[in-house]
Amino acid sequence: MSKPRTEAEYLARMIPPSVLGTRGVSRRSFLRGVGVAGAGLAAPTLLAACGGGDDGDAAATGGGGGGEVTFGLNEASGSGLQYDRRVASVDAFQAQGGPTVKINAVDHNTFQEQINNYLQGNPDDVFTWFAGYRMRFFAAQGLIGDVSDLYPITGVGDAMVKASTGDDGKQYFVPEQNYPWAVFYRKSLWEENGWTPPTTLDEMKALCTTIQGAGLVPIAFADKDGWPAMGTFDIINMRTNGYDFHIALMAGEESWESEEVKQVFRTWAELIPFQQPDPLGRTWQEAATSLQNNESAMYLLGLFVTDQFPDEVDDFDFFTFPEIDSAIGASAIDAPIDGYCLAASPKNEEGAKEFMAWLASAPNADAQNEAGYPQIWTNTDADQAALSELQQKAAAFIAEQDSIAQFLDRDTRPDFASTVMIPALQQFLTNPADVDGLTASIQAQAEAIFATEAE
Amino acid sequence: MSAAAPAPTTASPPAPGGEAGRSRPRKVSDLSKLKARDKIVVGLFLGVPLLFVLALVVFPAIASVILSFTSWNGIGGLSTIEWIGTKNYSDIFTIYPPFWPAVQNNLLMLVFLFTIPTVLGVYLAVLLDKELRFTWFYQTAFFMPVVLSLALVGFIWQLIYSRDQGLINGLLGTTIDWYGDPNVNFWAVLVATGWRHTGYIMLIYLAGLKGVDPALREAALVDGCTERQTFFRVVLPVMRPINIIVLVITVIESLRAFDIVWVINKGRNGLELIAALVTQNVVGEASRIGFGSALATIMLLISTVFVIIYLRAVMRDEPGGTA
Repeated sequence: MSKPRTEAEYLARMIPPSVLGTRGVSRRSFLRGVGVAGAGLAAPTLLAACGGGDDGDAAATGGGGGGEVTFGLNEASGSGLQYDRRVASVDAFQAQGGPTVKINAVDHNTFQEQINNYLQGNPDDVFTWFAGYRMRFFAAQGLIGDVSDLYPITGVGDAMVKASTGDDGKQYFVPEQNYPWAVFYRKSLWEENGWTPPTTLDEMKALCTTIQGAGLVPIAFADKDGWPAMGTFDIINMRTNGYDFHIALMAGEESWESEEVKQVFRTWAELIPFQQPDPLGRTWQEAATSLQNNESAMYLLGLFVTDQFPDEVDDFDFFTFPEIDSAIGASAIDAPIDGYCLAASPKNEEGAKEFMAWLASAPNADAQNEAGYPQIWTNTDADQAALSELQQKAAAFIAEQDSIAQFLDRDTRPDFASTVMIPALQQFLTNPADVDGLTASIQAQAEAIFATEAE
Repeated sequence: MSAAAPAPTTASPPAPGGEAGRSRPRKVSDLSKLKARDKIVVGLFLGVPLLFVLALVVFPAIASVILSFTSWNGIGGLSTIEWIGTKNYSDIFTIYPPFWPAVQNNLLMLVFLFTIPTVLGVYLAVLLDKELRFTWFYQTAFFMPVVLSLALVGFIWQLIYSRDQGLINGLLGTTIDWYGDPNVNFWAVLVATGWRHTGYIMLIYLAGLKGVDPALREAALVDGCTERQTFFRVVLPVMRPINIIVLVITVIESLRAFDIVWVINKGRNGLELIAALVTQNVVGEASRIGFGSALATIMLLISTVFVIIYLRAVMRDEPGGTA
């Protein structure tokens, strides 16, 4: 469920390794291997045997040595800005005399899909991961190491500490960057037409009608990859039922057949006529292009939407999804946090923790700024002046929220998110009328999945 | 498959008490004549591949069947596996919405590949066998899609099918959502798959046609056969081994079809295929090993039906039957 950050990365994912030239163990060659060996039959032994993604392309940085720290990176070597930034971070860490860091760079999707085998095999001392349910689950299973002795970290606020904490109250994660989900629009287009950001759902609908009258699609929308629609569900649920209900629902503690959830889908169904039609064949990049071309007027997506038009980013602004229930307000958003975890039994614990302390620090952020960056540093001491106006606004926007969710596929069990929610949301978009049937189906599957041992 | 040459049954003494067995006792007597060293060599030739088959096919298959009765997330040792009986199966049949569309799609693909691309591939092969001018060009053109990986095929068709920026909608001025509308997207996939399958069948069949003794055709011509009669009455029967290969390949291709739907949308929203569902559940973060294994077992059973049909067809008239 990873999000390609750039179009190049998105396209690169579609090209098989035989064409690209091999870059470590790719998902596709891995799948094909399984398919050939077992005629599509899944044997965990085979999966485990193929799961060693950690011997991808290792780019040794600095001199070798006994005290080196291995660093599992979820960006393939040379895959773009995010990789370059992390190399810049490692270089700066070496320059200030830290222990040698050896990078194991693995393709983003491969890394995420093989995480179970990776953690149970021979994980790197420090590796990239996300805050949320999955991190807490790994902590509870003893698959990642306790880093609570690194805290408090200068510049890492309470909300970030909370997001880094496992179920046992200890910290298992250091945050590095995050980005908000909001409604993005082109400033010049809106000024020209006299449109202003709505603050309530009714205002938003009225505005959408106006925009339709002007011949534009009010809300760009795409869900071919399955995950983007989750952002819309999250925000309508948080606006309708509040953050606490949303998180409880994600944890399987509330029923999907409840009136609250049905109301979310009914509200969404009222917005569908304003959304770009036929979303299931469209990628978010295509939807973002329609926003750039003034074919649509706004787009609810993460800050990474601006990757589609880096040269025009100054003409874009965002507003938070409007209030639906005044008793609930509009002070919760999705703002997924990316950061780092420690292996359960690192080979060089001392060096690994020194490196993690660096990764969470402000100088790390500043070192990466020079490589260029599209997201927001979670360390509030990082140099904000180096950021674009939109990024600074996004940082302030996250800071002023009462509650921050991590995004549906990070807040709930990954098996539920990928095998139930993606098809269910796509089903809803195809047939928005049958809310009762849809929620009954989700609930039946949720019960079956959440009944099994916490995953 | 080509080893189906009928055994000269007269060469072996009639087996005592053997009912209809003609070839079998002969093999036994041959084996008993082997020297010890030859037996070791034969043993190695049989044993090593057998070990691979056991380790890579039989064992995973049995493990999948066993795991299909469990709930396991792939984390922790085997002791964390929980036995839940047939719950995975009942869940699949009752509350798992993508399952029945997947079965339907797999069968649809089978029927489609048989009726259109396979027939078309054979037809193209017959045409190209006529020594046309520029035949190498046509062969290359039709075979090119086979050389491309299905993942790349998916990408090429994405450029053609894309709703907003695709070639078809651009040319026709329509806004048909080829990949997103669950009513049409599987047909779009079938066309893309068929485009590739046609070239594959064409090449195999062309190779087979080149191997047909020209004397047969000349004889047919002398006997006054028309072109059509020559093909259906003489060439097609002679090509029997190739025909079987083509049938088997078509069944295999339709059952294991996976890459293209995976590239398009990971096998969701109208593009469900059983193989894609197995992958969604087992590989990756979801790790519903037990549930995915149950799906894989169902796929195994469906494949077994075709394997049995095939084996019966081959064995029925192998030794003696055609001789």
